[in-house]
Amino acid sequence: MTDNNGEGRLSLPPWIKTTVLTIGSIAVTMLGLLFITFIIGRVMPIDPVLAIVGERASQSTYDAVYLELGLDKPLVVQFLYYLWDVLHLDFGTSLLNARPVSEDIARVFPATLELATLGIFIGIVLGVPLGVLAAVRKGSWIDQIARVLALVGYSMPIFWLGLMGLLIFYGILGWVGGPGRVGIFYVDVVPSVTGLILVDAAIDGNWNVFKDAFSHIILPASLLGYFSLAYISRMTRSFMLEQLSAEYVTTARVKGMSEWDVVWKHAFKNIRVQLITVIALSYANLLEGSVLTEIIFSWPGIGSYITTALLSADMNAVLGGTVVVGLIFILLNIFSDLLYKVFDPRAR
Amino acid sequence: MDKLLDIENLWVKFPTRQGVFDAVRGVSFTLGRERLGIVGESGSGKSMTGRAILRLIRPPGIVDADHISLEGVDLLKKSEKEMRAVRGQRISMVMQDPKFSLNPVMTIGNQIIEAYRLHSKTSKSAAYAKSLEMLEAVSIRDPERVMRAYPHEMSGGMGQRIMIAMMLIPNPEILIADEPTSALDVSVQRQVLDIMDKLVKERGMGLIFISHDLNLVADFCDRVLIMYAGRIVEVCRADKLHEAKHPYTQGLLNSLPRLDAPKDRLDVLKRDPVWSEAPSVSGRT
Repeated sequence: MTDNNGEGRLSLPPWIKTTVLTIGSIAVTMLGLLFITFIIGRVMPIDPVLAIVGERASQSTYDAVYLELGLDKPLVVQFLYYLWDVLHLDFGTSLLNARPVSEDIARVFPATLELATLGIFIGIVLGVPLGVLAAVRKGSWIDQIARVLALVGYSMPIFWLGLMGLLIFYGILGWVGGPGRVGIFYVDVVPSVTGLILVDAAIDGNWNVFKDAFSHIILPASLLGYFSLAYISRMTRSFMLEQLSAEYVTTARVKGMSEWDVVWKHAFKNIRVQLITVIALSYANLLEGSVLTEIIFSWPGIGSYITTALLSADMNAVLGGTVVVGLIFILLNIFSDLLYKVFDPRAR
Repeated sequence: MDKLLDIENLWVKFPTRQGVFDAVRGVSFTLGRERLGIVGESGSGKSMTGRAILRLIRPPGIVDADHISLEGVDLLKKSEKEMRAVRGQRISMVMQDPKFSLNPVMTIGNQIIEAYRLHSKTSKSAAYAKSLEMLEAVSIRDPERVMRAYPHEMSGGMGQRIMIAMMLIPNPEILIADEPTSALDVSVQRQVLDIMDKLVKERGMGLIFISHDLNLVADFCDRVLIMYAGRIVEVCRADKLHEAKHPYTQGLLNSLPRLDAPKDRLDVLKRDPVWSEAPSVSGRT
């Protein structure tokens, strides 16, 4: 499509084509997502005008707001307005606190991002080696331990583990901080640059805040990490088992390679693509906000934000949050697609 | 003829829930600087024999033998670490399908260089030069490009020649070729065989050629072991294969179409349970 315009049959370098195609596919997916959220907003049995003006407003106030929201216009026009607003990062005003939803999201999302990133980090660092080890020593005690760990991870309700964690490590042992992102003394001590308290504290050089924030985040992050570990280690194990029975692994052994190198230099290189998908999906799940974890740990993240908004019929906030979560999913997918090409020459 | 390899009473066993399955049952043979063919149908234990020599049978499989001696030294007595110095450097193996036996996410260059550097402490650039030389020896045109390429960009014939180059680069004494041409087009089979033959001869190596293709083995090898149900049923000189006496070998030969003696119907192989119970014939010289 790029080389048909005009005289000079310009053939663009392939990376430009790929970039254009990638951006195009993001745009199309985003459009679909926005369309769906828009429809959800319209079919919800909540009168947006009533939600703003309250039940005791006069008819004239009601009509004025009705017109102001553009609800008299055709649905298509309304959708275009909605698109225009979202493009300007305007998700409307929250009914609960009368502030722009985008500001709220900018405040709550970093909290989730910080928690999810640390969580997935723990999940990868422990889960991948555990899965590889379980595959290499299939049927051994380490495989059994990995199996039990994963089974518990799958089946244990997170709120129970969270409460027990708080009870033991915070209540009894006092090793970690309690609920919330930082202790009460440290609230708003460091200037917010990124919204990630650990990073902000490090930028500011305030290590007391850093330590306190870390002691608050470590327990919920470990919990989330444990749940991703359960999934990641199981998937890693089955991917590895498949690769370890491949012929090229025998080739590597025939060459006289040590088992460690056979596993990491040969077999592991071949599971990276599949592993990325698994990790990206787990990460996206965590970024969506784990509602239960956020509630138990009073974590002001996007999961609890959307839930609160939903329970109080604050549709602007719900839709805004949904769009952000959807965008994260799309971006992570694109990112993992790009990594495929880095790791697998056949995908180039 | 000096003996490179001397195997006596080799067993490969796989414990299963229904009891122990014996894939190879008491096989004995020797290998000199010759081309030794092992033929047999699927499941006759010929591939297992090849892998057992390299001690590459994975647990729960068990390799057992009175001895597997490489120039007088019993491989079964070696530790896993000592065994790694044997693999590649002294005994090497080419497998059936280069599509699967080359690592799909590594460049061909890196895979060959790795095979070389595992056994000789040379610089990367020396290993690179040596690899180019080796690729040329297996008639790869434009070896620089091939070094940068990935296995999926190669044809089957090229892949197998690359495999041969990779397995011969540490200069082993014995090459086990496990159905090296079965996955290739008939048109390139001969070419790959000729290259392998030339290199094996030049280097004075011993070759174990595992195949199910009787004609190919009769043509290509010096001596043939015919395996059935984990045992050697007959040993003969390759050029005398058509005079083979064992009913199994005869059955195999008769089930092949022949240009010089066309038949309306080919014979169906009739198996006699006595064959699998008869003791293994020794292929030792």
